[in-house]
Amino acid sequence: MAITLSHYVGLAVVLFFIGTLGVLSRRNALIVFMSIELQLNAVNLVFAAFARYWMRVDAHVIVFFVIAIAAVEAAVGLAILVGIFRARRTVDLDDMTVMNE
Amino acid sequence: MTSTGSLLWLIPLAPLVGAIVNGAIALATSHRERAVGRGIVGAIGCLAPSIAFVATVASFVQLRALPVDARSLTQHLFSWIAAGRLHVDAGLLFDPLSCAMLLFVTGIGALIHFYSLGYMAHERGVARYFAYLNLFTFAMVILVLGDGLLPMFVGWEGVGLCSYLLIGFWFTDEEKAIAGNKAFIVNRIGDFGFLLGIFLIFWSIVPSGRTGLTYREIAAAAAHGAFSPGLLTAACLLLFMGATGKSAQLPLYVWLPDAMAGPTPVSALIHAATMVTSGIYMVCRLSFLFVAAPVALTVVAIVGAATAFFAATIGLAQNDIKKILAYSTVSQLGYMFLGCGVGAFSAGMFHVVTHAFFKACLFLGAGSVIHALSGEQDIRRMGGLLKRIPVTGYTFLAAWLAIAGIVPFAGFFSKDEILWQAFSRPNEVLPWLPRVLWAVGFVTAGITALYMTRLIALVFLGKPRLTKEAENHLHESPASMTVPLIVLAAGSLVVGFLGVPDFLVRGGDRFGAWLVPVLASAAGGAAETAAPHGASLEWGLMLASLGIAIAGILAGLLLYVRFPEVPGRIAARAGGLYRAVVNKYWVDEAYRAVVIRPIQVGARAFLWKGIDVRGIDFIVNELGFASRMGSSVVRIAQTGAVQLYAAVLLIGVVVLLWVMR
Repeated sequence: MAITLSHYVGLAVVLFFIGTLGVLSRRNALIVFMSIELQLNAVNLVFAAFARYWMRVDAHVIVFFVIAIAAVEAAVGLAILVGIFRARRTVDLDDMTVMNE
Repeated sequence: MTSTGSLLWLIPLAPLVGAIVNGAIALATSHRERAVGRGIVGAIGCLAPSIAFVATVASFVQLRALPVDARSLTQHLFSWIAAGRLHVDAGLLFDPLSCAMLLFVTGIGALIHFYSLGYMAHERGVARYFAYLNLFTFAMVILVLGDGLLPMFVGWEGVGLCSYLLIGFWFTDEEKAIAGNKAFIVNRIGDFGFLLGIFLIFWSIVPSGRTGLTYREIAAAAAHGAFSPGLLTAACLLLFMGATGKSAQLPLYVWLPDAMAGPTPVSALIHAATMVTSGIYMVCRLSFLFVAAPVALTVVAIVGAATAFFAATIGLAQNDIKKILAYSTVSQLGYMFLGCGVGAFSAGMFHVVTHAFFKACLFLGAGSVIHALSGEQDIRRMGGLLKRIPVTGYTFLAAWLAIAGIVPFAGFFSKDEILWQAFSRPNEVLPWLPRVLWAVGFVTAGITALYMTRLIALVFLGKPRLTKEAENHLHESPASMTVPLIVLAAGSLVVGFLGVPDFLVRGGDRFGAWLVPVLASAAGGAAETAAPHGASLEWGLMLASLGIAIAGILAGLLLYVRFPEVPGRIAARAGGLYRAVVNKYWVDEAYRAVVIRPIQVGARAFLWKGIDVRGIDFIVNELGFASRMGSSVVRIAQTGAVQLYAAVLLIGVVVLLWVMR
């Protein structure tokens, strides 16, 4: 069976859905981070698949762009998490509701 | 006409630079306990008006060299306002009128700056003082020299500001600070009228395409009939309202006596010699408008005569040496307006000039007395000072004879000219008015001589009634104070000869002839030549006014030197009248009851408690309450749980996609 475009898109949808569930339901901020990475990579997969399908290079550029952004976001986000952990000894999202004050 | 090599720009520039430099020094040293650079400050402060004076004299020489009908130097400085049809240039106009005014503004101004060196020697804040004084000179020069109503208005407000600053120079004394406020606020009332007058004039001349508000443009517009008679009368009355404020006439004179709270040189410069005469200068400057509005001119004459008499009577019963001189100034300013009001503008201006000399001399003399007595101002605690401080005493005597109107001192010629013009010029509005004006002026001349003699007798003659402390410190003032006194006394003696009446000496009225090109002559203006009265009548009136001056002096000497117990008995006999005069006719109290109290009560009960608290505050408070209530509902959604936010975001995106499907 040949692997067609819809296989790639289907895999990406599944990955994105898993990532979304992780973001919405997990308590540990670190896991939420990983879920976000999963969502980003689902999108990357779609871009790469369509780049191949249309034989266009534009989407590759976007993929690299997303990877770079994801790396930066991970670096900054982890730094923030480490900072929060040092201050509060926890990274449980349910305990982080200071934004309503 | 326009000259390139003139020094006009230097006249305002020098005092402005002085003000800036001294102001900078004052700011830089304000926190120091001891005054810094007193010598430098004084040198700059005195140099600035001196340079202005020299430049004025140079320009005067230049002006004299021109033919009579081309005597005006103008200098265009820069384009000031260009907005729509209004186009105003900042320019200077030096013609015989502004020249006459500037010569004594800068000349006497410089003398008073020198005098201040001695007078303020023991005071703190000398740099601030000289900065204000230089700034005043600058503003006064702009008022006089500015070519047009708007530059004049700038100067007009500038001198008002400096007057306020200098009256309240010792601002830590609340009474003096309040006196400054009073001067400023009362002047605002007059300035309001002045501004409305300018608007009316602008409004009238706009259709003719002349929008710069320079005197030449206004005159040209007037010549082409841009003003309807009623409008012109209104404009002139409004302008005169400004003059009653600045020049302390009824009903706005009340600030001037209180203005004596300032340092005495300030009283001499601003509140006697220069600033308070700017109202007369303005009327003379716009004489071509006023002569076309006989009703307004009649009002000017009546207000002038009434003020002259009214203030002179108050002056009779005051005990503060400076207050007496202040009421005397109000009274003399009334004379000047009387002269202008009957259409004899040059007579009014001449009295401005002579008055500047003798009144500055009187004030500086009073300052010297106060200085000698360590701050004593009550003439009941003076007496017999002529021998103790002779230079002050004899210069004061010269100025006294000048203001009383004794031949050949300056006041005689100028006051007599005003009285003669008031008598001889017909009034087309009220035909019986000239006799009344003359009679009021005549009686006032007698009262003037009387109250000035009372002052002389109580301060310089008779037995000393000094306090012990004043007695011990009694000393003649330093040379920086006595030299200006001597110069001014000499001026009081000789300035009158500039305006000897023509019927005495042919061509004797050199001052009047000098001003002929710039002053309009009144509608019945041929009065001087075509007057039905002969020289004998003029002789008679002159002798009469001399007679009443001598009578006033003799009465004063008799009452206050020969029989010093009589005045008290007269006062007791006069009862209510005496109380009215001593209390200045309760004018301040009346203003307080009629104007100030209603404003305060209205402001408190209606504007504050009513409009502000019940209206504006209520709306604002209710709005704040409503938004607090609203936000407390919306705030429930703001849990701070990021995952909930993300879920809502997701739902939103899904819904959006569903809608856009």
